[in-house]
Amino acid sequence: MTRTVRLTVNGQAREGAAEPRLSLADFLREVLDLTGTHLGCEHGVCGACTVLLDGEPIRACLMLAVQAAGRSITTVEGLAPADGLSPLQQAFQDKHGLQCGYCTPGILVTTQAFLRQNPSPTREEIREMLAGNLCRCTGYHLIVEAIEAAAHGPAGTHAPKPA
Amino acid sequence: MKPAPFEYLAPATIVETVAALAQHGDDAKVLAGGQSLVPMLNLRLARPAVLVDINGVAELDHLREAEGRVHIGALKRQAGVERWAGARLPLMAEALRAVGHAAIRNRGTVAGSVAHADPASELPALLLCLDGAAVARGAAGERVIPAGELFRAPLTTSLRPDELVTEVRFSVPRPDAGWGFAEVARRHGDFALVGAAALLWLDDGGRVAGARLALFGVGGTPVRGSAAEALLTDQTPSAERIREAARAAAAALRPDGDLHASARYRSEVAAVLAERTLTAALERCERAA
Repeated sequence: MTRTVRLTVNGQAREGAAEPRLSLADFLREVLDLTGTHLGCEHGVCGACTVLLDGEPIRACLMLAVQAAGRSITTVEGLAPADGLSPLQQAFQDKHGLQCGYCTPGILVTTQAFLRQNPSPTREEIREMLAGNLCRCTGYHLIVEAIEAAAHGPAGTHAPKPA
Repeated sequence: MKPAPFEYLAPATIVETVAALAQHGDDAKVLAGGQSLVPMLNLRLARPAVLVDINGVAELDHLREAEGRVHIGALKRQAGVERWAGARLPLMAEALRAVGHAAIRNRGTVAGSVAHADPASELPALLLCLDGAAVARGAAGERVIPAGELFRAPLTTSLRPDELVTEVRFSVPRPDAGWGFAEVARRHGDFALVGAAALLWLDDGGRVAGARLALFGVGGTPVRGSAAEALLTDQTPSAERIREAARAAAAALRPDGDLHASARYRSEVAAVLAERTLTAALERCERAA
């Protein structure tokens, strides 16, 4: 039986209909038309669908849309300012931290929360954090460089927008 | 990759949850953090007719210490418990850092991981190492299941279908107890090929007053290293005695081989990790003394 889910997405009040078995990831993509959140493995391994739930990263494929009622979600669409890119996104562009881009939304969202908790991570800490997001193109090297640049660069301001 | 349809129940109290489980029994599954169950739903390895979502049961969201134990409610997320454990129970903090990734631990619960009983996961082994127990509530009332009686086979516990794990309890070791934790995995956050957790505490004469060793990834359930514990208890610890104890614990194992690691490799790594974790525990005892 379909239910109406009301929640906050990227700072805006949104609502949509969801069967209980609909994942939050499919709800974001198919009901709210926010297709920046990607689905890779759909069982929690690849990290492509990572979004922020009340500011903390979670797998959107492992949460039901009905469980997100009343909560605040930030997707990759919510990371960028009204025009241009966030400092983290800019660093990914500058350092070529992506190739096909499929895994990028999940990595950006995960890293945004990571840098808030650990603003000056070591390379080792960055690599441990990235273990939760699979990238099959880059070999991670340029992703690590992009994150280091975002953390240590002059524009190292990665404070998340309030969700 | 979509779950089969199910009836969705979201009770607000333990009483309502237990009533739903009593009504639906084997047809129902309890959903807490969902980090193990939802993958199984998505892959249709599990097709429950009824999903009982306990995320709205506020009385399950507790963490308190009493009489040398920490009581962790069924809704406590691993990330929150990790923050608590950092200063109070560093062995648990270390074990939790090895559970999946931050995004998994933000949703996954400690009690849910115990109830899921994956033999390669950290928390069931930690429950054994810390003389823990699961508290189960069913229509017939509440019972406390010691860790040693909980794990029966891969993903199989002695919980009944109509029972809800309301909390898990771990002993909080005395402050001068030493601990060690180690696992071998392909990548950080992967399921361990083999892992070990150890705890030692000494008496005034420097002899081992108590020893705990638990191994995971080495069989159908987490395994207590009883042979090692017996060889160390009441003895003056030394590097040689620890090696002998670790070898004895590994010799008692009957691991399975699979695509990722042969049985022989698992036995060998178990001996090495048992030795490393017991050695780390002893060093921490000596630093505390």
